[in-house]
Amino acid sequence: MTEDNTAPIIEFSNVAKRFGPLTVLDDFNFTVRKGEKVTLIGPSGSGKSTVLRILMTLEPFQDGRLTLSGMSYHEPNGKGPFKASERHLRQIRTHVGMVFQSFNLFPHMTVLRNVVEAPLRVLGIARAEAECRALQLLDMVGLADKKDFYPSQLSGGQQQRVAIARALAMRPRVLLFDEPTSALDPQLVGEVLSVIRGLAHEHDLTMLLVTHEMRFAREVSDRVCFFDKGRICEQGAPDEIFGAPREARTREFLSSVLA
Amino acid sequence: MMYGYEWDTTTWLTYTTSILPIILIGLTVTLKAAAAGFAIALVLGLAFALLRRSRLIAISWTTAVIVEFLRDTPLLVQLFFLYYVLPEFGIVLPAFLTGALALGLQYAAYTSEVYRGGIEAVARGQWEAATALNLTRMQAYRDIIIPQAIPRIVPAMGNYLVAMIKETPVLSVVTVMEMMGLANMIGERTFEYLVPLTLVGLIFLLLTLICSAGLHRLQKALPKAGIPLR
Ligand SMILES: Nc1ncnc2c1ncn2[C@@H]1O[C@H](COP(=O)(O)OP(=O)(O)OP(=O)(O)O)[C@@H](O)[C@H]1O
Ligand SMILES: [Mg+2]
Repeated sequence: MTEDNTAPIIEFSNVAKRFGPLTVLDDFNFTVRKGEKVTLIGPSGSGKSTVLRILMTLEPFQDGRLTLSGMSYHEPNGKGPFKASERHLRQIRTHVGMVFQSFNLFPHMTVLRNVVEAPLRVLGIARAEAECRALQLLDMVGLADKKDFYPSQLSGGQQQRVAIARALAMRPRVLLFDEPTSALDPQLVGEVLSVIRGLAHEHDLTMLLVTHEMRFAREVSDRVCFFDKGRICEQGAPDEIFGAPREARTREFLSSVLA
Repeated sequence: MMYGYEWDTTTWLTYTTSILPIILIGLTVTLKAAAAGFAIALVLGLAFALLRRSRLIAISWTTAVIVEFLRDTPLLVQLFFLYYVLPEFGIVLPAFLTGALALGLQYAAYTSEVYRGGIEAVARGQWEAATALNLTRMQAYRDIIIPQAIPRIVPAMGNYLVAMIKETPVLSVVTVMEMMGLANMIGERTFEYLVPLTLVGLIFLLLTLICSAGLHRLQKALPKAGIPLR
């Protein structure tokens, strides 16, 4: 909408990522604009999760340059696998949040505590305020009445909605979703997708979503990127990718998943 | 303190009742030593486990060497070392403290492995979630990882507590007057060892049984998912 929204918030330039001898990303280039909703699709092992995990600083990368809001992940004299100090990585993490396929809620904490913990410890927000905001978020995902439950007492869909509220409580500018519905029973997928759909309307929030829910991808994203062997083989507006894919690999993949 | 006593060795019953008060005094020393030793082992063992997992190789390696050394040398050697060698460096500790420290050090090496196993058994996704929420490594340990490790480590910790209680008699060699040392001294004076040693053995058996039962209940009472530490 605003001019600001056309500025790139994420920029991968010639990034290389290797796991030992295995090269997962090679000369990888990828730009995301502020507020954009981008879906990553592609076959298993093509590097979709790796891209999100690098952005979340869960995985280091070896070569090239990655910036978030202009801030480089690698520091000029950065040491260790991340080529950056812990302090610098924490600075980056203040802008990014992630929702995992397996939810990764903290099983020993109630739903409310799961959501409140990081704002309390990391952002230093007062408890009353943190709880108030957590309840708003839980209300938004439809689970305010479950605030005193433990994760094990919730269904998978409910757990994933709590995980989304927990990620949002840190007020990220970029929210990453790695197959958020893949671990769910089919009848629970809808409730999670509808929460994500709601977020897609927040136009300051940049979203990267890895999913196999093609219809959903088409509906919520501004752009779809088809990954193949560590490269973006084809990208474009959802109607282009799903309606008239140019690359043979894309057509092949889509026909296999839509079949 | 024993010179004033005359022990009535006419029957095993009179003998037992006459030495019981002094054995019970020894029991309190035994319990205090075990409690202090175990407290040291719990705290220091955690420190060892965390240092051993440090990303700085110099730290993790040094810790590994220390732990390995403590584990692989006899408690008696460590005890004598603390008792006779430390004073040469001007560090003079009361015998009781020296004993508790020796027990604590050796068992810290054991408990550190228990902690390490418990910590490593926590799902990797928990670390990833903690990182994604921007918790520091220390916060992740304290609020997320260790609370989930606790229910898993309680059984092994309990076994070490029982083992440690049974090792307290070794402290008598550095003049700590715990139960076993007292029983031995009584025997030396009366030339009747059977009753005092049996009595001490039975008390140890009772202690061990009580501990095991208590641990069993604790284990059942702990929530499996973990307990928040704050
Ligand atoms: N920790 C790791 N160690 C070694 N290889 C890894 C590791 N993580 C990922 N890989 C490899 O990197 C490649 C890309 O993995 P990635 O998880 O990014 O794929 P993906 O596109 O998310 O696939 P999927 O749809 O199965 O989730 C795969 O070949 C995978 O085996
Ligand atoms: Mg993946």
